[in-house]
Amino acid sequence: MNEELRAPVAFTVMAILLAIVGFTQSWSVSLSVINLCIISSIMAIGVNLQWGYGGLFNAGVMGFTALGGLTAVLVSHDPIYEAWDKAGIGIVISAIIFVLTVTALLFVFRNIENKQIRNTLIILIIVFGLIGINNFYGPSIDIIESINPAKTGFLGGLGLPIIFSWLIAAVVAGLVAWVIGKITLRLRSDYLAIATLGISEIVIAVVKHEDWLSRGVKNVSGLDRPVPYEIELQQSEWFLNLVERINFSKLEAMQSLSSRQDLLNDLVIDSSGIFVKLCYAGLFFSFLLLIFYLSQLALNSPWGRMLRAIRDNEEAASAMGKNIFAQHLQIFIIGSAIIGIAGAMLTTLDGQFTPGSYRPLRFTFIIWLMVIIGGSGNNLGSIFGGFFIWFIWIEAEPLSIGFMNMLAGGLEYDNPLRMHLLGSAAHLRLFIMGLLLLLALRFMPRGVIPEKIQKK
Amino acid sequence: MENFEFINAIVLLSNFVIVPALSYGSQLALATLSLTIIYGVLRFSNFAQADWMSFGTMATILFTWLFQSIGITAGILPTALLALPFAIIVTALFCLLIDRSVYSFYRKQKSQPIVLMIVSVGVMFILQAVVRFIIGPNDRKFFDGEKYIVHALDFKNYFGLEEGLTIKSTQLITVIVALVAMISLFYFLQKTKLGKSMRAYSNNEDLALLSGINPEKIVIVTWIISSILITTAGVLYGLDKSFKPFTYFNLLLPMFAAAIVGGIGSPIGAVIGGYVIAFSEITLTYAYKKFFVYLLPENLEPSGLMQVLSTDYKFAISFIILVIVLIVRPTGIVRGKII
Repeated sequence: MNEELRAPVAFTVMAILLAIVGFTQSWSVSLSVINLCIISSIMAIGVNLQWGYGGLFNAGVMGFTALGGLTAVLVSHDPIYEAWDKAGIGIVISAIIFVLTVTALLFVFRNIENKQIRNTLIILIIVFGLIGINNFYGPSIDIIESINPAKTGFLGGLGLPIIFSWLIAAVVAGLVAWVIGKITLRLRSDYLAIATLGISEIVIAVVKHEDWLSRGVKNVSGLDRPVPYEIELQQSEWFLNLVERINFSKLEAMQSLSSRQDLLNDLVIDSSGIFVKLCYAGLFFSFLLLIFYLSQLALNSPWGRMLRAIRDNEEAASAMGKNIFAQHLQIFIIGSAIIGIAGAMLTTLDGQFTPGSYRPLRFTFIIWLMVIIGGSGNNLGSIFGGFFIWFIWIEAEPLSIGFMNMLAGGLEYDNPLRMHLLGSAAHLRLFIMGLLLLLALRFMPRGVIPEKIQKK
Repeated sequence: MENFEFINAIVLLSNFVIVPALSYGSQLALATLSLTIIYGVLRFSNFAQADWMSFGTMATILFTWLFQSIGITAGILPTALLALPFAIIVTALFCLLIDRSVYSFYRKQKSQPIVLMIVSVGVMFILQAVVRFIIGPNDRKFFDGEKYIVHALDFKNYFGLEEGLTIKSTQLITVIVALVAMISLFYFLQKTKLGKSMRAYSNNEDLALLSGINPEKIVIVTWIISSILITTAGVLYGLDKSFKPFTYFNLLLPMFAAAIVGGIGSPIGAVIGGYVIAFSEITLTYAYKKFFVYLLPENLEPSGLMQVLSTDYKFAISFIILVIVLIVRPTGIVRGKII
């Protein structure tokens, strides 16, 4: 097919698929899928900047997503003053000792030539640092975690509106990416993948087990929302009027007043859910557009051209005087910051932060599929990939169950084979994902919406 | 009395640190070896390797069930050891099938290693689906036979010590099987003609081709060796603990960490790396309080747990070591790129 036509066709197909879900399942389901599709697209753009434009394989997407989620909690949750009063100082002191230890280590590492002295010093610094931190850290976290453990048991956050966290998440993820990039970006491409995969696991381990910071696996729920609550909508005059006006003909058709009132109540409950999801969709979509616009702008600038030059031929770019490492670090930070934003959005949408739910398959490899199948090096492709793969990921389950039912059609209800087939239908979606990736790599290696080769 | 205190401390440490680390290290070393062989000869980081491990173990479990149902057991040894060779054949055949249908295309195109790595992610998804589809995502124990060689209670009574030492039969089997497998692998690579041509191919592909080495043969042998090692590692791990696809997938990172720590591409490095990762995971999360209570005089006894890192971070230790190695000595302990 003509490459110019691919994008419009792909997006039309996507819209039709979502509409089918809306008509056959419900619009509420369709909107939930769309919201997650948008968030996935933003993540995919972040990965696409790193891989499609920078040629960096970041397998630590999960870590940055979790950091974004953590930021959402730390920004929006009310501070727990009691915890701060009793043990905040201990945490602050251990943080200071930690920073001092790392600074001392870096100083020794860079400035002392003699290997023997250097190694002894490093060991001494680590031992004293650990002792110092343990003295303050252990007792303080015990105190913090003992304060109302069923409800809080952590330091809480800043108590700001959650929407701020989206921007702060970018800063946090970017800072962490800077540290990680400094360590890993000098490595070969597949080392980089392994290292980032490992580091993202470390991030998850910290978020999961440092209860004073994130409540760990006890989860933080009931985060505040940037959009109205359903219950508020159902009680507000203007919303009732709006629903009444939209469904005027339906209501007119009702005979008695009481059945009319019942129908109105049902409609109000349904529409309040849809309205909230629409608000989210609008909010997310405007962010998606903004991020898309900014990335397109950046990538069509001289800076973007330089990045592509580095990706296509590192030696030549280096010979032209470009600093490869610095450019890689830049794009790594920017891409990770975008992933962080998406992570914060995800936690905002869920209204809760559940560290136990971060799994590499769902948060790293699926995002990679989106980028590769969508078309690496093309932001529009990543958006399409985000929509398409997430759609498949969600809809694969009902489809697999249907497929298995068909397969087991002739068998009796309690036939063990039938039970097994239906029980394992959920795993079929992993198979579909793998197959899609392999087929795309083999027959459409540049993706559905390929990168435009600019010729001049 | 003084002497007993010392012996008690040593027994305590052996029971909780040395014996478990030795067996986990052997399992990890075998798995890392298979990863390294693939990396050395086929030149890509195989993200599907941990799922090959689940696949091989799953095949072994199925054969074990088959043997048990027709009444064949291995007496005091686990039946799984009898099933292992059959499972290896199945795994190797499936490996070769995947290689034919997926990897060989990219090899002919001379794709970059990173492309093969992404392809292996696709294979990873498919294998996960296959394993979960056939045997399910749940925990399975498939151990039978004699459970203990030395039991803590017997040990205590026999020697009159306060601390007991437990050695599970799976731990001894693990160490023995791993040793046999490693020695045969090194013998194969160093002494046989096929092994030498594999090393030559890994070292310099063009030169090897010029000397008349058949690359397809090398590829097939590589997959077979990798299947033998990974299935054995998976079965030993499963006998020692239990089999669960998700746990096996999580072993991917310790495997990579071990490979890089040891020096990626070097088989000796893989073995060293495996043991280094296993020992650090266990020694760094063990609470040494009791150990020091035995050793030190009463007034010096420690008050805390004497634990370097909380057990929560057991899983993360391998990556922490990985990161430190990447900063300090990116080539790994044994420098080398060839097998």
